[in-house]
Amino acid sequence: MGPILWPWGDGTEYALAVDRGRGRRLLIVPALFDEGNRMRRLTVETMRRLDAAGIDSVLPDLPGTNESLQPPEAQTCGSWGEAMVTAARHFGATHTLGIRGGCLFAPHALPGWHYVPVKGASVLRQMMRARVIASREAGTQETTADLAAVAEAEGIDLIGYRLGAEFVRTFNALEVQPGNVIEQPALGAGFLGPGLWLRAEPGESAEQADALAALLVAGMGA
Amino acid sequence: MTDQTDTLLRQILSDVLGLSPERVAAFTPDTGLFGDLPELDSMAVAGLLTELEDRLDIVIEDEDMDGDLMSTYGALLSFAEAKRGA
Repeated sequence: MGPILWPWGDGTEYALAVDRGRGRRLLIVPALFDEGNRMRRLTVETMRRLDAAGIDSVLPDLPGTNESLQPPEAQTCGSWGEAMVTAARHFGATHTLGIRGGCLFAPHALPGWHYVPVKGASVLRQMMRARVIASREAGTQETTADLAAVAEAEGIDLIGYRLGAEFVRTFNALEVQPGNVIEQPALGAGFLGPGLWLRAEPGESAEQADALAALLVAGMGA
Repeated sequence: MTDQTDTLLRQILSDVLGLSPERVAAFTPDTGLFGDLPELDSMAVAGLLTELEDRLDIVIEDEDMDGDLMSTYGALLSFAEAKRGA
């Protein structure tokens, strides 16, 4: 497992990949924004299990995130969707897996899965709430309604992520394409069961990675 | 309804904060939340509110989100019970 580059725009973007030239190849679109941090370990641990089961996988960065040289505020929902199609083609993906908000940008021409998908509007609502709460702690009063209006007109900074106005307008209406949905109970029950995106801090779960990888291995065939 | 809300609320706190069921079961009405639990920062509070809405089938308005709401377990439980009864 290691970093690879894939072409995008006038330059390149990073991806984390396991590429041993095998026939079954999974493109994973990561969870978005803050959830991406909390889901990273589960995602990568799932890739390690897929590797052991004979499946190659690639986890591209969305342009404008992580080490990308692209400005975050210049990204649009359309460009993120195209970027994931480009990454899938570059890597020769045969299947896709979207994680949470990443499902919104998973190429739908390929067979694949949505892991507990979430609507764009829900992601934004939670980020706006976090900003309202943080602002109150700092002694500034803001409302989610006011922030939503500003965001659609001018773009907005939400919990450290700079989103452009066009991105916000499109993202608010974005819903997941029909597909194979993996809901959380498929990965575990009881104290081991809750989704790791819920956690206040990044965590990990070997049991959930085992369960997610097993579902994907079964679905991708021999 | 009251007992059910209490059970659901402890479950949600356990899921969001990654606390063991034993630790959450020991919460009393006076147990401090926001400001006392280091896990509970603004992003976590936002996530907690979303889970409360989804699992308790309530709507939380901006004006509900004041500092007292998450001050103690008892305050949060009273709020959830009032919302569910409303």
